[in-house]
Amino acid sequence: MREFIDGNTAIVRAALDAGCTFFAGYPITPASSILMAMMRQLPRVGGVAIQGEDEIASIGMCIGATLAGARAMTATSGPGISLYSENIGLAIMGEVPLVIVDVQRLGPSTGGATTVSQGDVQFVRWGTAGGFPIIALAPSTVPEAYHLTVRAFELAERFRCPVFVLTDKELGTTLTTVDSEALVAEPVAARVTGAAGTPYRYQPAAAVAPLHEFGRGTTVRFTGSTHDEAGFITKTLPTVDALNRHLIDKIEANRVEIELVDADLQPGAKTLVVGYGITGGAVRAAVAAARGAGEPISGLVVQSLWPVPESALAVALDGVERVIVPELNPGLYRREIERIAGNRTVIGVERLDGELLSPQQIREAAA
Amino acid sequence: MTVTIAAPYRNDTPYPFCPGCGHGSILDKLDEALQRLALDPEDVVIVSDIGCAGLSDQYFATSAFHGLHGRSITYATGIKLARPELTVIVIMGDGGTGIGGAHLINAARRNVGITVLVFNNLNFGMTGGQHSTTTPEGAVTSTTPGGNLEHPLDICATVGVNGAGYTYRGTSFDADLAARIAEAITHPGFALLDIWELCTAYFVPANKATRRSMEATIDGLGFARGVLMDRAVEDYGTAYRAAAAALPSRSAPTTIPIEFTAPLDAPVALLVAGSAGAKVRSAARLVGEAGIRSGLWVTQRDDYPVTVKTGHSISEVMLSPTPMAPMGGAVPDVAVVVSEDGLRKARGVVGRMQPGGLVVTIPELASLETAAEKVIVDPAAAPGRIAKAALALVLLTIAARRRHLVSVEALRAAAAGPFAAENLAAIEAGVALSP
Repeated sequence: MREFIDGNTAIVRAALDAGCTFFAGYPITPASSILMAMMRQLPRVGGVAIQGEDEIASIGMCIGATLAGARAMTATSGPGISLYSENIGLAIMGEVPLVIVDVQRLGPSTGGATTVSQGDVQFVRWGTAGGFPIIALAPSTVPEAYHLTVRAFELAERFRCPVFVLTDKELGTTLTTVDSEALVAEPVAARVTGAAGTPYRYQPAAAVAPLHEFGRGTTVRFTGSTHDEAGFITKTLPTVDALNRHLIDKIEANRVEIELVDADLQPGAKTLVVGYGITGGAVRAAVAAARGAGEPISGLVVQSLWPVPESALAVALDGVERVIVPELNPGLYRREIERIAGNRTVIGVERLDGELLSPQQIREAAA
Repeated sequence: MTVTIAAPYRNDTPYPFCPGCGHGSILDKLDEALQRLALDPEDVVIVSDIGCAGLSDQYFATSAFHGLHGRSITYATGIKLARPELTVIVIMGDGGTGIGGAHLINAARRNVGITVLVFNNLNFGMTGGQHSTTTPEGAVTSTTPGGNLEHPLDICATVGVNGAGYTYRGTSFDADLAARIAEAITHPGFALLDIWELCTAYFVPANKATRRSMEATIDGLGFARGVLMDRAVEDYGTAYRAAAAALPSRSAPTTIPIEFTAPLDAPVALLVAGSAGAKVRSAARLVGEAGIRSGLWVTQRDDYPVTVKTGHSISEVMLSPTPMAPMGGAVPDVAVVVSEDGLRKARGVVGRMQPGGLVVTIPELASLETAAEKVIVDPAAAPGRIAKAALALVLLTIAARRRHLVSVEALRAAAAGPFAAENLAAIEAGVALSP
């Protein structure tokens, strides 16, 4: 059997299959259909969905609900991420598992309401004070939107941090034919509750202590201020240093576990096309067309944008002289590729008018 | 410095507040209220805002959530909705009340079953004595050196008129404060206590404020004191769960069987351009579903103005024998132009169509410029009248037949649903009008 669904619908299904029990969001195109579907479906599975008075309230409710035992998700677009900013920082500092869907639209500001963009790829990484890491996944197809959303819930639980699912207007709202069998996942493991010890642990820095929930037989202290392992506010220098290094290392030192790419490498190819998200479709088509014309070429669709999958990129870059990076923004992820590409030539292909890139535009850049 | 006996709600850490500050006495009353109610400390969550009052949670042996300035109400709402059995108490200052005003009003309006204690000391005590939304007119603060020109917020009236279940206004000196706090915690709906107090670091020296002058200010403003609202209301979470219990289980996905075949051996880009509100997208979707029923891989990308029911409505449907991701640069192979609104938006792309392409349109738009083959269909020639909202499907049926995109049988099968009769009539009209 097949289905005719869009990426937003796949994300909702993935969230429900992954055991999401709390959703709060505020209407904004092109993410609104996630809010509407969660409002409709979540109470049917015993969860709670609520439309907040604004984006700040929505993500705040998600963070509170998570500490009380829920598995939470919220969804918005770039203007909403702007309002999420302070609470993204809180979720990082308090080590709160949280899935945040950003269905990107053209910015800045109200921008092209509602046309496609990939303009938030750096924003989600650096969009809160302090510069501490988050995880971001970027599906390029509707089935990937399903599977990477499930993965986002797993990663959020595993690393106790905000995990972004970065889609866009076209992936979110274009109806696509999928095999029903392609939208099935193993359940995400239940959270360990009533855990012993302190709610935070900083040694070893890369390890992650289980989340302690309110009202499970012990008192729990949660704070967005610098805190000791018991959750009490502290300014003690070694403790603050250990806390902040832990927030970094738990993600950076585990980056290989987080890495996800779809690599289509051709031995001997001197040209590599690196894309992500909705642009992945044009990347794959351009690679197929080039090979059809007898031109050796490699393709890499990055699915885990943050942390940057440097191991997979190193493999893909081996023997390559030229890298082409198509994206629907002013070359934002290209700077990450340039950072690790050494003396290879890196060529950007950008589209900023709210339309999708074509495979021809990528091939012209490769010519 | 006050040291309070720990057991079971206070811990043994002394308060950090300035001499004479009201915070410690209010916290002692909260401790007393919790002892009266004999709640399990593990099931009590104190959600503290930012500022001096935001430090409060650290002196209690309950669970605690210390978040961002003004957002304490939102965390408390999430906690209460996820776990209704927990007792959730918010401690915020007048600063948090101002910056989080939208959250306060909406939590009251929804009647979320939380208790809010506003430690209202009439200025920002932690950041240097700036004026807040509750600073009385005329009061001198570090940001109102000539006296405050703004009218103070009546917190109780604001939440009361918007649906709160319980409100109380008093001062940190009130003898019955512990009893009122206990009453508020016991109330099932949204409960708020506006507790006025003296900031001895800033407000007192700048305004020569005393307990008596503070009480005179409240009375002079016409702000009533005591229990101002106590009405039986169902809290939001209880209402939500009752409504949810009546719902069916999670909706099953709508699946589409493959029961026909289509002769396509290469992708075909189909454009439908018409007016908003004229069922352009639903007609395109019907053709897409007919394609899926025929084993094709279909995508449908829609474009319409933010106002939804006016202007153009465009659907781009890609019918392909193999899976295809959405990408840019496609020029339609087949275009169905239903109205002037649609043509205005699609004129450019229709003009770029190749000679092998097909455009199906109506006599009024017959002059549109394209290198593709043009088929002009006159709806007036149909045996019956064709409604405006049916025209897209009529023309799509004609285009589908002419280019062998999907069969009429597949279109009929895809027509099922609440509008089956209208859709089937449109398909039959398309068959009758096919050249």
